[in-house]
Amino acid sequence: MSDGTYIRRPNRPLQIYAVIFLIVLYVPVLFIPMFSFNDSIYVRFPLQGFTLQWYGELWTREPVWNALWNSVKVGLVVSVISTVLGVVAARAITRYRIPGKGTMVTFIMMPLVIPGIIFGVALLVLLSRMGVPLSLYTVGLGHLIICLPFGVATLLPRFEGFDPSMEEASADLGENGWWTFWRVTFPMVFPGVVASLLLTFTISFDEFIMAFFLTGTDPTLPMYIWGQLRFPQEFPSVLALSALILFVSFFLVFVAQRLGRAGLDNGNT
Amino acid sequence: MTSSDAFISIRNVNKFFGGFQAIDDVSMDIGKGEFFSLLGASGCGKTTLLRMLAGFESTSSGEILIDGQPTADVPPHHRPVNMVFQSYAIFPHLNVRDNIAYGLRKQRLPKAKRQEMVEEMLDLIKLPGYGTRKANELSGGQRQRIALARALILRPKVLLLDEPLGALDKQLREQMQLELRALQRQVGITFVFVTHDQEEALTLSDRIAVMSGGKVLQVDTPHGLYEAPRTREVASFIGNMNFFPATVRRNGASAGAVETEGLGTIPVPLDILTKPDGAPVQVALRPEKFALSDTRPDGALAVQARLSTSAYLGERSHHYVTIDGREEPVAVSTPNLHRLAGDDAGTGAPVWLSWTPESIVILDAE
Ligand SMILES: Nc1ncnc2c1ncn2[C@@H]1O[C@H](COP(=O)(O)OP(=O)(O)O)[C@@H](O)[C@H]1O
Ligand SMILES: [Mg+2]
Repeated sequence: MSDGTYIRRPNRPLQIYAVIFLIVLYVPVLFIPMFSFNDSIYVRFPLQGFTLQWYGELWTREPVWNALWNSVKVGLVVSVISTVLGVVAARAITRYRIPGKGTMVTFIMMPLVIPGIIFGVALLVLLSRMGVPLSLYTVGLGHLIICLPFGVATLLPRFEGFDPSMEEASADLGENGWWTFWRVTFPMVFPGVVASLLLTFTISFDEFIMAFFLTGTDPTLPMYIWGQLRFPQEFPSVLALSALILFVSFFLVFVAQRLGRAGLDNGNT
Repeated sequence: MTSSDAFISIRNVNKFFGGFQAIDDVSMDIGKGEFFSLLGASGCGKTTLLRMLAGFESTSSGEILIDGQPTADVPPHHRPVNMVFQSYAIFPHLNVRDNIAYGLRKQRLPKAKRQEMVEEMLDLIKLPGYGTRKANELSGGQRQRIALARALILRPKVLLLDEPLGALDKQLREQMQLELRALQRQVGITFVFVTHDQEEALTLSDRIAVMSGGKVLQVDTPHGLYEAPRTREVASFIGNMNFFPATVRRNGASAGAVETEGLGTIPVPLDILTKPDGAPVQVALRPEKFALSDTRPDGALAVQARLSTSAYLGERSHHYVTIDGREEPVAVSTPNLHRLAGDDAGTGAPVWLSWTPESIVILDAE
């Protein structure tokens, strides 16, 4: 303990706890990529040898590509809409004196803690009552509800760490609201916008429960995986697909996290 | 100042935030090319008034004219004024050059011309070669100068400055005061400068508006505010002041005097006596208008006093003396003209307290 202050000194039990926590969290997940390279259709030890066969099969399968394309379409639209709404909401929350602001924020954040199954069922009932046919649009609507709080939560700290006199200075120097937004506000919150896009895209891309209730005839990728689980011989391909989704998601969220904090730590005054 | 050469006219302006009145019936005129300060304690409404000039706050009633034009419907980005914000508001995503050139977009200048203007500004604020620095590589004093350059490059008719030196340390602040004053003379733009530091206001300004609780108490030159404050509040806000309850004495049409508690009867010219005979007033005297001596000085007005405490401050010494007929001690400040060795009179020593009738200010009674 020669180095480090009282607060910063290493804490052995805490370190052990953190390591165990990470192992428990990620080891089960790591079985998926491991078995996806296993040369056997049975998921069991001992491993049989290395193969790329399951990945190759995925490549040639039409429905996988269709499902992937469906997920990307929904993910792109949902991420753009929830990020735009997130920017508007975060700006309104931090800039204006709105009565009942706290309550409003609570309601925006609520979907984070309400089980997806409740929202899914509720939306399904509502949409079928209104006679709206299930399609990728209804899936997108469900995903929007889930993604919006993540967008707002990513963007809020950006706007909170933003001196309101920056925008006033721009107006003072002759720019109207439109130009002020594009020359000052947007560049300053840009990393947050990218982070929000990546995060909400990933959440939509991986989402299952809403899609389960609201999908019509076009499945998203998680729905496709769910459908394939009935066929034991398809299981290794499902593992391969899951492994791919896992890596892409991890990468996107990692980048989003880095961007979301960029510039906030070092004197963004 | 007559209203014909007023460049900014503030007429009966009020500002309410909900039920709270931040600005209370303020009227004043600011001349072209003037260095004009708004001086007052924190929360008295200085920033609010400045923001109304910039267009960030509307007036609840009354009007503001800039260069003869009513401003009520003019948004901030169309006003011929620029502001240096208290936080400086330097854009963090732009370098120094782009910060300074920010307001030039609409002028559609060739790149070379714009570059030249920025370089000129960098020279003016004594930061040549800083064009490519990032905003977060600048010190407080440098940010302050960039904010100044960013506003001045647009050649505004009025520059508004909200406590621009408040965030700087004492030494830098004093240096920047001199530079700011020199810069204002050089560019000849009207400056409206907000500060809570009375010394800063006195040093820099052509005229000062002293504010309190949303009201303007007095608008005057530094000399006028110091030597002829109109109310007790102004008198005690600017420097120190001793107040003596007094009564007006008029001896026919020829001579006048005020009879004070503690300083005896002081003859004053009739023309500064506005009150009738017997009216209660206050006589105010700054500490440095008094002199202390061991023997009764010839010709001056004097009373016998006792030294209560003395503090040696280098250039000057501050003393408190007590006099008969007055409980509160009198503050006296004397220059240390000679190098004296150990002749400081001890506590309770008798001294003569003297002053001249010209140095007194007569104020209304409380
Ligand atoms: N937007 C606002 N809403 C409500 N009250 C405000 C607002 N702006 C300023 N005030 C109040 O008006 C008073 C004057 O504020 P300000 O002009 O900032 O004072 P100063 O700059 O002299 O310190 C303060 O009491 C402040 O709380
Ligand atoms: Mg202020």
